[in-house]
Amino acid sequence: MSDIIRRDPRAEWIARNRLHPLHAAMQPEQHSWMGPNGILRKNVHGIGFIGPNGIKRIDRSGAQQGGATKRTAAVQVQLPLHQVPAPAFYINVVPDMVGGRLSSHDRDLLGLARQLAGSDGAVLAVVFGEHKESAFDTAGVDRLLVLDGHEFDGYSPEQRVHGLRAVDNLFNPRHWLLPDSRNGGGELGRRFAASLKERPATRVWQIKGNECIGRAGAGREDLARALPRLILAAVECADPVSDTRHEVLPVELSTTLARSLPRIEDLGAVTVDPGAIPMAEAEFIFSGGNGVKDWDLFHQTAAALGATEGASRVAVDDGFMARDRQVGASGIWVTARVYVAVGISGAIQHLQGIGACDKVVAINLDPGCDMIKRADLSVIGDSAEILRALIAAVQAHRNGAKRDAA
Amino acid sequence: MTTHVISLVSIGAHPTSGRPRRAEQDARAVELGLQLAGDNLQVLHAGDIAEPTLRAYLGMGLAQLHVLEQPAGADALPVLGDYLRDAGAQVVLTGSQAETGEGSGMLPFLLAEQLGWPLIVGLAQVESIDSGVAHVLQALPRGQRRRLKVRLPFLATVDNAGPKPRQSAYGPAQRGLLQEHDVQVVDDELFTGAVLQPAKPRPKRLKVIKAKSGADRMKAATAKASGGGGQVLKGIGPEAGADAILKLLIEEGVVR
Repeated sequence: MSDIIRRDPRAEWIARNRLHPLHAAMQPEQHSWMGPNGILRKNVHGIGFIGPNGIKRIDRSGAQQGGATKRTAAVQVQLPLHQVPAPAFYINVVPDMVGGRLSSHDRDLLGLARQLAGSDGAVLAVVFGEHKESAFDTAGVDRLLVLDGHEFDGYSPEQRVHGLRAVDNLFNPRHWLLPDSRNGGGELGRRFAASLKERPATRVWQIKGNECIGRAGAGREDLARALPRLILAAVECADPVSDTRHEVLPVELSTTLARSLPRIEDLGAVTVDPGAIPMAEAEFIFSGGNGVKDWDLFHQTAAALGATEGASRVAVDDGFMARDRQVGASGIWVTARVYVAVGISGAIQHLQGIGACDKVVAINLDPGCDMIKRADLSVIGDSAEILRALIAAVQAHRNGAKRDAA
Repeated sequence: MTTHVISLVSIGAHPTSGRPRRAEQDARAVELGLQLAGDNLQVLHAGDIAEPTLRAYLGMGLAQLHVLEQPAGADALPVLGDYLRDAGAQVVLTGSQAETGEGSGMLPFLLAEQLGWPLIVGLAQVESIDSGVAHVLQALPRGQRRRLKVRLPFLATVDNAGPKPRQSAYGPAQRGLLQEHDVQVVDDELFTGAVLQPAKPRPKRLKVIKAKSGADRMKAATAKASGGGGQVLKGIGPEAGADAILKLLIEEGVVR
């Protein structure tokens, strides 16, 4: 059903036409009638309709006709578009793009860039390689520069610094902003600073006018200094953009990048024992609860997927999993990017524990449970059958990939 | 043939009391250096030779510690660069960021730029060093590791994923030798314009509800956590469900 509120002229016409066979059904609900004891009864709840803002409106002019159809709609708010047709200067941002999407740190950084850009400047985001982000406009990106090319694949800090230097020459931005994070931003920013011979402000958490404050040393001191050109900002350095939409005009690098032989060669990720990764920082958690009956199968599936195992409180209390594997308010607050919940109905304490997770997948029998409401993808069905099918699918996928490689 | 390894150390500060101590990450760099080079490890410090905390590094089993003597507030970068250029090291290890002073973590990057050496960030383990090429493991967030191939000589920073440092013993710490080198003192120009002040606690971010109507505010206050309507697959076979899940896992890059 569409969310747009529409008049139904036909229904209104039927309601007016006393000779129409559907006339009675189209009359607004009766709101007052004579009770059996001669007392006038009123149904005050039936009067009026819910307006577009969620407020009940009562139309006493008599114009309201056309039946008691509920007219509600969740209005989609279109944020005002902020345009910078001819930017006076640029503020360049290099987001981390963990998993191809803007992280919350990136959004904070874009909010800070928006503050620095004011109304004349444009925020230019520089993104390496492919991305999956679709919300650059509401995050505050005026211009988007995608540096695509296989030289930026994998771990390629030196090539990325070359790319950033080319961007620097072309746009000559007033400020460069990078996240001071372990996801690559801190390293890239420092390499870039060393290559530009600029002294950056690091771990910046506040910018006021021409001054910035960043943490110094081991966090016991703050360093207040004049705002430099290159800023490595900490988490929550500013509020993310929330009131405006931005154009996200694509820009291109007109110069071709100078090729250089990489001195560091990326030989790829090393498989780490998923059980040895601390739960709080595991990236991929496979969690089981009361709905899991076959725990051997559960462990097999976790091993096949290469996921860190977790459990709900019930599974831990029943002795199927160790106490240090418990996810939730009284267990561990996890930060996984992908969380698979098997047979977990989603008690509020458990949902608190997975509040920071990005994608949640639920496998459950009950389609009405709270975990399904939280999950991005839910499969309703018997967990044992689905886990068996999942093991088979993963093995087929791995074999297929091997065959393609050979 | 053993590799010639130099570890750079600094004076740390205890996170609560602020008393000087051996810096946590620098101690890890020394530990990694000891595992790589054994007794041939050379440890280098730029700063005050009279600082008693320096002996905590000697207590890890070092015979001597080289000190490029300079007062507090001097720039360590040029003297370290000059020293390393002539020292003939193959691997230089540092912590990733100092515990006192600016602590920007820029020193290894600037040293690498000055020397023209490649830099590895977050070195966790050196797997092999063979005919001028090293295979190393780099620590990534979330406990992941990445294998890198790099040509000697290189610089590497060690963070908390490095090997746990051995305890510092009192006897060797007192017996060890602090060897002094005279260098030209260069002042750091940062502190002409910047002020160090005690860290202010960061303000906690408030949850701002931008609701236009009372109904929206009520909804925001009472709503349970929800992902905003995910995809629900109902009444399909287990195979189809498993395929949908696997597709999402591959898209997110957690199943390779």
